Parts: sequence; structure tokens; C-alpha cells
Amino acid sequence: MNQPTSEAQSIRRIIAASSVGTLIEWYDFYIFGSLATVIASQFFPKANPTAALLSTFATFAAGFIVRPFGALVFGRLGDLIGRKYTFLLTLIIMGSSTFAIGLVPGYETIGFAAPIIVLVLRLLQGLALGGEYGGAATYVAEHAPPKRRGFFTSWIQTTATLGLFLSLGIILITRHSLDIDRARSIAKFNDWGWRIPFLVSIFFVIVSVYIRLKMKESPLYAKLKTEGKTSANPLRESFIHRSNLKMVLLALFGATMGQGVVWYTGQFYAQSFIENICKVDFEQSRTILIWAILFATPFFVVFGSWSDKVGRKWIMMIGMLLAIITYRPLFGKLLSITDLNNKIELPQQKQINTTINPIVKTGNSLRVVSTKYFFDDGMTMTEVRTDTAYADMSRTTVKPETKLTKVISNRDYWMMVGIVFVMIIYVTMVYGPIAAFLVEMFPTKIRYTSMSLPYHIGNGIFGGLTPFIALLLTTIYTGDKLVGLYYPMIVAGLCLVIGFLYLRNNIDPDVND
Amino acid sequence: MNAIKRIAGILWIIAGPFAIYYLVKTAMSEISKKPVIDTKIQWAVFVIVFIPIAIGIVIFGWFAIKGLYDHLPESSGEITDQ
Repeated sequence: MNQPTSEAQSIRRIIAASSVGTLIEWYDFYIFGSLATVIASQFFPKANPTAALLSTFATFAAGFIVRPFGALVFGRLGDLIGRKYTFLLTLIIMGSSTFAIGLVPGYETIGFAAPIIVLVLRLLQGLALGGEYGGAATYVAEHAPPKRRGFFTSWIQTTATLGLFLSLGIILITRHSLDIDRARSIAKFNDWGWRIPFLVSIFFVIVSVYIRLKMKESPLYAKLKTEGKTSANPLRESFIHRSNLKMVLLALFGATMGQGVVWYTGQFYAQSFIENICKVDFEQSRTILIWAILFATPFFVVFGSWSDKVGRKWIMMIGMLLAIITYRPLFGKLLSITDLNNKIELPQQKQINTTINPIVKTGNSLRVVSTKYFFDDGMTMTEVRTDTAYADMSRTTVKPETKLTKVISNRDYWMMVGIVFVMIIYVTMVYGPIAAFLVEMFPTKIRYTSMSLPYHIGNGIFGGLTPFIALLLTTIYTGDKLVGLYYPMIVAGLCLVIGFLYLRNNIDPDVND
Repeated sequence: MNAIKRIAGILWIIAGPFAIYYLVKTAMSEISKKPVIDTKIQWAVFVIVFIPIAIGIVIFGWFAIKGLYDHLPESSGEITDQ
């Protein structure tokens, strides 16, 4: 066997081993978010204010605050004891937390212990994720040949998107496979089936741990350690020493901040917008994202590889620029696809179904009126109106609950897939080259710490808050349904200007320093 | 180009306090509109998380004005502390 073939096989093994573990971590992290509603009903009943409070903490704290702390804790560890054992540890923490969430008895069984345990496990997930990415990206980059660093690290970049894809896929499959009858299957899923995606994770994690145990330490880090040149205090060297701090700040404000909002707008806010603003059906809104992810994922590798030839900076900057320019028209198109003003109702097909269920000991009844509307282009819309039918006929419900769900036509469905695909292409442009870009910015001895923090502030805080802030803006400025887009557009715009002015477009020929 | 980098530093220094002012003002207005625990936590998280970042951009602006970004390190040897 000749040497280049052996080297090629070796790097492929390294990429596969690192990527599988990182993918599983993303899967573990996303299933909680994807099942937030079901989890809330099991562990955080809204009727109880303390449980609802814990729910808010679980949502905010784990995704946004804890991730940068994880970056600091595990980044430091990775620079002190090595990459291999650190990202093995993050995988074990993430995997066992996920599995444990699947085992925690509900609020009705163990009371307040349930939401507290789930909150702690969710925080552990956030910490582990904060430590994982920097380790995997650093590990692969430190094995990669200089001219192919962008290509090899881009495989790590696919894992976040594929983790989301895997989580959505497993959830949808589980949701439909618990009973022959679809409605019963969904009911079983909401009752106990939601635990399956969490429990399944343990098999993935065992395989990943086994693979990672067989991996060797990064050669660059091993060399530093042998020579006794590792950092004694990575946190101090990363964030107190001005010469490195300036690079950390540049990485954050000139790259990861914009990259984070473009990523979360394309992959999360788009889905939330389709479901909550356009009112598209639960499953259609998710399968639209699944198809778009499937078609767009190879472009992470395309842009990562291309960055080895033309540099990292301009690909990322152009991705941000395109996002800023086109977000409003793209989201506007999503809105117009489901806009009833653009459709003609077929009133003769309208179906109305009313059910009245007595409310025990009150004499009142719960009235559910389900109206299904049909439109000329094939779209259907179901309006479910729930109110109380009082025994005292003079009383009426002040604010009946109304829920709209639209099932769009095949043509519109694929048009939405196309629009989300374009947004994920922007994600691949800003995210594909960024691991190589970050690795090349920092020296080996403090690389894990230095690159992890700006990455997780950019993605966890700026990016992770995108769906919340965007949705919040739509509730503050109610006149414009696209107002939420100003948050990612302003952040990406600021990042674009800083990146344009201050970043260099070089490819570091030697990260062995 | 270096002159533009330095002048732009003033903008980043202004951006930090402006962001904090806007954030705190919006938070207070939203909390007074809907003074429930969820709103309070949500806005408290935004304020607590974004204040250090706003300080970060002020430091970034200060470094830019001082000319620290006129030349970016070519190798890790240059990232040693003074």
C-alpha cells in the first residue's frame, strides 16, 4: 500500500469518527427543541407557575447562556489535556443527559423533581455542546493537509444540519409508527412515544464513543505536549492577552455573529415562520425543511472546498450580503404563497363539524367548531374554534380560541422547499468555510479555547436568539409580519461591514504554530 | 484602508452604549406592558447576555482606534503577549 493512499484513508477515518460524534451531539441537542411542546406538557405544566418558570429557563439558559460557558470549560480542558479526551467527554455527557431525559418520570408522577431534573440535564446538554464543536473542528483541521483544510473541516460543518435532519426524521417516523391509526399514533407519541428519540440516542452514542476511543490525539497537540509547550492557562492567554483577545473579538464581530444569524434564520426561523406566521400544517412545515436540508447539505462541502482555492473571507461575506438583500423578498414570497387574498375559495365544498362535550359539574359545555375551507389551487384551511357553551344562554366566551392550519398544494409545497433551499445555501456559504477560518486564526496551544468562545457566542447567543427575537419583534410591531427579519439583517449587516474592513482573505499555510 | 479601520472604531465604540440603551429601554417598556414572570425573565436574559457583548464591541472599537487591526498576525509567533 502506498503512503498517499494510506494517508487519505487515515484522514477519511478521522473525519468520519469526528463527524459522527458531532452529528450525534447535534441530534441530541435538537430533539429537545423539536419536542419542546410535548416536553412542556409532560414536565412543565402551564397551570403551575414555578414549573412554567423552569420551562422558560430550560429554553433560554441551555441554548444560549450555557453554550459559551461550555466553550470555556471544555475549551480550556482541550488545551490543557488534549482534544481527544475532551471531546470524548463532551460526547459522553451529552449522550447520557439525552438518554436520562428519556427516562425521567413526568410531573404527575414525581412532581417538582421532574422539571428540575430535566432542567439540569438540559443544562448539561448545553455545556457539552459548547465543548464539542471546537474540539471536533480543531481535531480535524490539525490532521488536514494545508491545501485541503476547508474541504476536510466542511464535513464537520455538515453535522449540525444533518443532526437537525436526523432529529426531525426520527421524530416524524416515531410519531407515525406507534399505531396503524394515525390519530392514535400521534396520541401515543405525545403520551410516551416522545421518549423513544431520546432513548435511541444511547445506541448512537455508544457507537460514537467506541469510534472515538480508537482515535489518536491530534498530532499538532501531541507534539506541543511532548515539547512541553502547551498553555498553562489557556483562558488567560486567550482572553486577557491583548494580542489574542483582539483576534477573538474580530472572529466574533467580523464572522461568527453574522454567520450565526444567517444559520438560524435559514434553518430555524424559516420553519417557525412557515408554521406560525404562514400557518402551514405541522408536518408540511417540517418536511419542507427536511427536503431543503437534504438538497442543500452537499454545498457545505462545495463551499468549504472552494474556500481552499479562493480564501474563506469572501465566500462568507457574499453569503451574508445575499442573505441581507434577499431575506425580505424570500420571506415575503413565503407569506404570499399562503395568503388567502391570492386564492379563490370554493364555498360549495366547505365542511363544518361541531362537537359539544359537557364540562363536569358546571352545566356548561366545551364547543369545538371545525371548519374546513377549500381553495381553487388545492390548498385547504382548517379553522378550529373552541369556546364554552354556557348553560346560561346570555353568556358567551369573551375570547374564543381559534387555530388555523393550512395544507398547501403540491406546487406551493415545492416552491417553499425551493425558497428554504436558497436560504440554506446562504447557510452553507457562511458556515462551510468557518471552521477552517477559525482554526487558522489561533495558535495550537490555545486554539480550542480561543475558537470555541466566539463560535458559541455567535451561534448560541446571536444565532440561537434569532427565532425568539424575530417573533418578539412581530408582537411589538404588529403592522409588519416581516419585521422580525430586521434582527438578522442588522446583525449580519454589522458583521459584513466589520468583516469587509478588518478580515484578511488569506489561507494560513501552517497551523502548526 | 488603515485610516478607515481606525475611524470606524469610533462607530463601534458608540454602538455598544447605544445597543445597551435601546435594549434596556425596550425591556422596561415591554415589562411594564406585560409584567408577568415570563416577560421579566425573557428580557432579563436579553439584557444580561447582551451587555457583555456590547462591552466587547466597545473594546473592539478601542483596539481599532489604537491601530491594533492595521496589521493582522501572519503567524502565531505574533500572538504573544506584550
